[in-house]
Amino acid sequence: MKIAFSTSGETLESPLDARFGRAPKFLVYDLDSETFEAVDNRQNMNAAQGAGIQSAETVARLGVQSLVTGHCGPKAFRVLLAAGIKIYTTDAPTVAAALERYRSGKLTEAKAADVDGHWA
Amino acid sequence: MILAVASGKGGTGKTTVSVNLARVFGPDVRLLDCDVEEPNDHLFLKGTPRGEETVTIPVPQVDESLCDGCGECGRFCEYHAIVSFGATALVFPEMCHGCGGCAKVCPKKAIRETGHKIGVVETMESGNVTLIQGRLDVGVAMSPPLIRAVKARLRKGVPAILDAPPGTSCPVIASLRGADFVVLVTEPTPFGLHDLRLAVDMVRVLRIPFGVVLNRVGIGDDRVHVFCGNEGIPILLEIPDDRRIAEAYSRGELIVEALPEYRAHFERLREAVRERTSTDLHDPARVETRVAAPGASVFQR
Repeated sequence: MKIAFSTSGETLESPLDARFGRAPKFLVYDLDSETFEAVDNRQNMNAAQGAGIQSAETVARLGVQSLVTGHCGPKAFRVLLAAGIKIYTTDAPTVAAALERYRSGKLTEAKAADVDGHWA
Repeated sequence: MILAVASGKGGTGKTTVSVNLARVFGPDVRLLDCDVEEPNDHLFLKGTPRGEETVTIPVPQVDESLCDGCGECGRFCEYHAIVSFGATALVFPEMCHGCGGCAKVCPKKAIRETGHKIGVVETMESGNVTLIQGRLDVGVAMSPPLIRAVKARLRKGVPAILDAPPGTSCPVIASLRGADFVVLVTEPTPFGLHDLRLAVDMVRVLRIPFGVVLNRVGIGDDRVHVFCGNEGIPILLEIPDDRRIAEAYSRGELIVEALPEYRAHFERLREAVRERTSTDLHDPARVETRVAAPGASVFQR
């Protein structure tokens, strides 16, 4: 099972990014093999609109089952929901801290977007 | 002849100039209110309504039984208005610019286009003026498609005045494209000059001949006069800062009717514009391609 974390770095010590759509990278952690990889998301940092939609499609195509991030907007939420991906929002400072909270069941699944969209 | 009235700064008097010029422009003129987010011309030309038409832009609708989630549509879309993966396709109509590209690239022909309402175009008659205004639905992010629908009501052989929105962004460009001449309205103040410079840059990029109307002369200084003199930009009309104009305006009255001594001002503006443009009445369809050809417009010195 794979989890994606929004981040600006490439290791577990990297900060968890509060943004999803405009996160510079995603760290995808494979719980079965205890390995991870960093996926670049810069094209969505720079997108004029639809960054949340595009980022959601990206993580869906990576085959993750869960997403952990700071906040999730309405358009991203709609895409993630359609893809069947569980969303968790947290203020954990690093990917490692967020992963620890996930493993110990301290994260609550988000049932709706927790911030407004930026466009339309 | 298609005359556009624009400005950099808002509130300089575009609508004042547009409606009063329209009233003295001749026996038959079309006034197109292209400020579709907040059309105001109708407040001064209390016209008889002649019709309302709904305007839509085409947005994709996906037949999920045909979609295999290949994602071609999403890869094509510049605006991230459509994504597909698995066996799902999601459309975000509010992001869509109606280009139709997704439907063309879909390998399964699973996408057709349906109309998504963005606003209305309303027509009114007021004496010599046929007023056509666009009214954008609240919350719609894009005005240019509705502005183009308003401009589709131009009629070959009938002179037209386009009241543009303020500023220099997409809605203004959509309004000004294809015009034979642009009148830039400003006020003689630092703010007025700053934004006039931006507007001048814009019309120079569009390569449309232009001149300036200076409104509320007396409230500021001569910096706009100096700028226009240095740049060789003609000042076609000066309207003094006359409190009676503000009073008439605040009552929704035309200046040329409430204060007939100003009629001659607007007639002079009409003649100044006519002198600087071809006397041929243009086919609006041909004007679009004319602007696309570099150097085709007469550049005002």
